[in-house]
Amino acid sequence: MRIGDDQRNSATQVAFGTELVLDRASPLRFRWEDGGVSTLETDSGLAIEVKDLKKSYGPHEAVSGISFDVKQGEVFGLLGPNGAGKTTTVEILEGYRSRSEGSVSVLGLDPGQRPQDLRERVGIVLQSSALYANLTVHEALSHFASLYPTPRDVEETIALVGLEGKEDSRSKTLSGGQQRRLDLALALIGNPELVFLDEPTTGFDPQARRAAWDTIRALRSLGTTIVLTTHYLDEAQALADRVAIIKDGLVVAEGTPSEIGGESAHRARISWRDADGTLQERETETPTRLLNEITGEALSAGIELRDLKVSRPSLEDVYLDLTSEEVDTDV
Amino acid sequence: MSKAGKSTGQLAWRQYRLERKLFWRNPSAAFFNLLLPLLLLLLFGAVFSGNKTYINVIVPGIAGMGVMASTFSALAFNLTFLREQGVLKRMRGTPMPPAAYLGGLLANAVTNAVIQLTVVILVARFGFGIGWPKNWLELIIFVGFGVSVFGALGVAFSHVIPSFDAAPAYVNAVFLPVIFISGVFYDTNTAPAFLTEIARILPLTHLIDGLSAAMVSGDPISTQMGSLGVLALWGAFGLFFAIRGFSWDDGS
Repeated sequence: MRIGDDQRNSATQVAFGTELVLDRASPLRFRWEDGGVSTLETDSGLAIEVKDLKKSYGPHEAVSGISFDVKQGEVFGLLGPNGAGKTTTVEILEGYRSRSEGSVSVLGLDPGQRPQDLRERVGIVLQSSALYANLTVHEALSHFASLYPTPRDVEETIALVGLEGKEDSRSKTLSGGQQRRLDLALALIGNPELVFLDEPTTGFDPQARRAAWDTIRALRSLGTTIVLTTHYLDEAQALADRVAIIKDGLVVAEGTPSEIGGESAHRARISWRDADGTLQERETETPTRLLNEITGEALSAGIELRDLKVSRPSLEDVYLDLTSEEVDTDV
Repeated sequence: MSKAGKSTGQLAWRQYRLERKLFWRNPSAAFFNLLLPLLLLLLFGAVFSGNKTYINVIVPGIAGMGVMASTFSALAFNLTFLREQGVLKRMRGTPMPPAAYLGGLLANAVTNAVIQLTVVILVARFGFGIGWPKNWLELIIFVGFGVSVFGALGVAFSHVIPSFDAAPAYVNAVFLPVIFISGVFYDTNTAPAFLTEIARILPLTHLIDGLSAAMVSGDPISTQMGSLGVLALWGAFGLFFAIRGFSWDDGS
């Protein structure tokens, strides 16, 4: 949570007695009039707090009591099948939708009240690339930069998303992937502390995805908090510090990509083909011991174990496990 | 807490300039907005070139049509497009106040209306020799009422249009009957009685009456209070539904 302006003002009077110039690009940094910079710690270090969030449309409950926190500076992944409620949740956080119940705090503010301050500090990438077809990349970014109090430099933003050389191209002449990058650039131009990315790499070729990942990692290293919704589990695994899996309007699992789903979901699997060619599989918490036993038996019997493999379930396996009903009906 | 930000007026001005730039970059929109009324005026003027009475009907008629096309039709089209494309939603996520954004869009439409009127007035003066408008103040008042009423109605009508694909059909289903019934191309007094009755409740009829008074006959504004009253009622109706039904995304 960010400290409120009132607190800042009183801190100014009590502790310093000097007029401060607040650097709005970063809420935690004070810039003194002589140019010196002071930093303050926040109370909780949370960029987003969601408690018991519910959203109903008539009798239909799209979100049925979701709670999660996003820490400042982390990449938080929201996963879930279509219709699970993740877009509704994100749109409530972005201030596009009202909530039915529960409490939501984004950068210490209530997005439901659509505070101007919040929109100056948050960047949003929507699922659809809503661009002005007849504006060039540079023109679009300059225009959006003028809407923010402390925008990022236009050239710097173009470089950050990898659109160098396309400054003077009109949006409609850009490829799909380049349009998505312009989309991202428009979300970053205001120098936001928090960025919402809704399926930012859908439709990208593998190379473009890697480039987008690099951009997101670069943002993270600049201290930006990122909320990422994605269908690509490898994307969440590669980028997210923590993920929450949403299903039927509820969080069914939350944690780091490697620990999510609990211990049992992460037991090692040893698989091989026996003499008949049948696939054998064992799960264990002590793969070294089990592997030793299996290979020991095979050696003494003089058998070569074909396709011998030790693996840990990926985020994808855990995800499919947790959301299997949806997958069965959807596919 | 937007002390470091820009004022609503400054942002509206920036949006307005952007919309002007975009307008000129879209040649087909520029054509339909500006050249079509001019073309109609020249065609009808050429056909009835000797008929001063008819020229006196067609000049305020085309002027009124221009106001309606550049505000009502253009805004209904544009808002449907911007909503479907997600541009409205994107703008909603920025610090730009809605009033500044919509103000920029409306000012853009008003500019097109003023450009069209200027063209019509110049052609009437130098092409048909019917002289300058008789009452400039009256002209300004009616143009002000016209753009406000048809602007509000255009925004309100955009809520009814389900998709951009359907927009031409929806807009023309209103625009074409209204310009014919309201007497853009003929004197409503010479039309069949039932059409005259319908025409009397339509806003465009009253805008054209007012423009005719200001541009042709020079009847003072005091004789046009009935028309201003009808326009004001339509304006209130349009404004109510423009605000009430407004949505920033298409709900998908």
